[in-house]
Amino acid sequence: MNAVKPAAAKLTLGPLLYNWPAERRRDFYFRVADEAPVDAVHVGEVVCAKRVPLVADVTADVVERLLRAGKAVIHSTAALVQDARDEDGIAALAADPALEIEANDMAGVALMAGRPHVIGPLVNVYNEDTLAFLAGRGAVRFVLPAEHDAATIAVLAAAAAALGAETEVQAFGRLPLAISARCYHARAHGLHKDGCQYVCGEDPDGMAVETLDGQPFLAVNGTQTQSWAVANLCHEMAAMCAAGVGRFRLWPQAVDMVAVAQLFRDMLDGRLDAGEADGALARLVPFAPFANGFYHGREGVAWDAASSQCELP
Amino acid sequence: MNAKPLELVCPAGTPAALRVAVDAGADAVYLGFRDETNARNFPGLNFDRTDLARGVAYAHGKGCQVFVAINTFPAAGRPGPWRSAVDDAVRLGADALILADTGLLDYAARTHPGQRLHLSVQASAASPAALRFYHEAFGVKRAVLPRVLTVDEIAALNARVPVETEVFAFGGLCVMAEGRCALSSWCTGKSPNRDGVCSPASHVRFERRGDEMMTALGDFTIDAVPDDRPAGYPTLCKGRFVARGAAGHLFEDPTSLDATAVLPALMKAGVRALKIEGRQRGRAYVVQVVSAFRRAVDAAATGAPVPRAGLAALQEGARGTTGAYEKGWR
Repeated sequence: MNAVKPAAAKLTLGPLLYNWPAERRRDFYFRVADEAPVDAVHVGEVVCAKRVPLVADVTADVVERLLRAGKAVIHSTAALVQDARDEDGIAALAADPALEIEANDMAGVALMAGRPHVIGPLVNVYNEDTLAFLAGRGAVRFVLPAEHDAATIAVLAAAAAALGAETEVQAFGRLPLAISARCYHARAHGLHKDGCQYVCGEDPDGMAVETLDGQPFLAVNGTQTQSWAVANLCHEMAAMCAAGVGRFRLWPQAVDMVAVAQLFRDMLDGRLDAGEADGALARLVPFAPFANGFYHGREGVAWDAASSQCELP
Repeated sequence: MNAKPLELVCPAGTPAALRVAVDAGADAVYLGFRDETNARNFPGLNFDRTDLARGVAYAHGKGCQVFVAINTFPAAGRPGPWRSAVDDAVRLGADALILADTGLLDYAARTHPGQRLHLSVQASAASPAALRFYHEAFGVKRAVLPRVLTVDEIAALNARVPVETEVFAFGGLCVMAEGRCALSSWCTGKSPNRDGVCSPASHVRFERRGDEMMTALGDFTIDAVPDDRPAGYPTLCKGRFVARGAAGHLFEDPTSLDATAVLPALMKAGVRALKIEGRQRGRAYVVQVVSAFRRAVDAAATGAPVPRAGLAALQEGARGTTGAYEKGWR
């Protein structure tokens, strides 16, 4: 067992998955650079190739500011690489050996061969054979898919540690559950993807999807479908550290992410217990329930704070 | 035009379905073992080892190939069932294995170097770089393409990749990139990737509410239909949900894929094989669809008009779509 002391565990801010206007995007990352206690920050457009030019406008400024603040900066690639244009985008990133890159599709994995890279949560790493194969081609960190349970996470964390690679688990935010060629944001507005008018920009945390009974269910973010409930693995962090997980991903939501990051940092450093962090987090995220079902081997939407209490060592 | 006909790859959910598919003109049948190693792990379906040996003998006797799908993602710490599925399929004479998991592809390529490997749609490889990777790393000969590409994109892809391509022609339509969808798992804890099931019957409820029949998956209502209409199976992405204040089929209408209208275009795009979905379907369905596609594929090969008879009644909601093959779908 390669346990990680919670105080040594790192926090990663995942790539912003939503279509925020350039100014808001820049202000968000600048504040993260100045104030958020995270070790690494991901940039880049993961969801929709049509947004790439919008995002690119501010990326250079954002990266410079983050690096000056001492953050590691990782460029995340597209979730669904469908054509030569998508592929060229990844190849352009790969051409700069100074960049750290997270591959979110097998095309990205293919183009990263032989250089250190991160395997994103949208690449299917379900077992230690796959993990070892990808590590052999240069993967140094594995961000695990959302649906893994505690036992799977423990096996993969041990396998990664044995190969000198890191493991990261998605600990906060709406979970990416599916990706499609079709844009559901456009469809809900009676539009096609080609003439989408960038309607995804209207929903900074994703578009609410309810059941016919009015029960909150999912969030649509363009071609991506996310959970409505917000993942929160506060109560499971200590157990994951003991199992060798050394990094936790926080997905950007339209909430005070500096405060969210501070809560997770305080908990890992022993200044807050999981119950306190959980309560404070609920006040920061009043618009959706929490979920931790996948970790406990149940339906992902389940939330079970009681059975998952783990004291920090 | 007299081109090499598209190869017709047909579903064999049971030994009986295998025999009728072979007799109706399948060039190949695909099937899975009766466990979590394949993506149609439904009660009453699939093959044990003895069934496979008999099925291979029957198919080979009539010049038909047998592909074995081992296309879920092996569980961490428990590779045994998946490795033995690979070993047994090879031993029993499978013409190709249809695999999705990188680690399992690596195992198969190292352990059985001569074995023909196909890439499952569950691997979601939609780009030249991804397909070249699977070919170079594991010697994959053919890839089943995700249902996200237009015919034009498929043509551009085929010009750039060292593998044959197989595309879906008929049957249930996934609207999400296959192998990358955790929606069923989110509601039920059962996942296509791990368990080989989507929207499993064990978590389905039908409940009467006034003059409507409500269908649910786990704790979530998927649809509600008036009594005078049949309540369909609550497959999550085919349900009706509320977004922007309006209820509707947010992800996909209750249609099923029918690519007969684009068969000549798919041939011209360089596609090698057509896949018919439906291992969960009965013999009568298999006979009708395979026979109709046998006629369609043979007609397309001679440049004759493609006959469309007899398929409409077999579709979900009795409405066909060419899905992602046409750009407007997006």
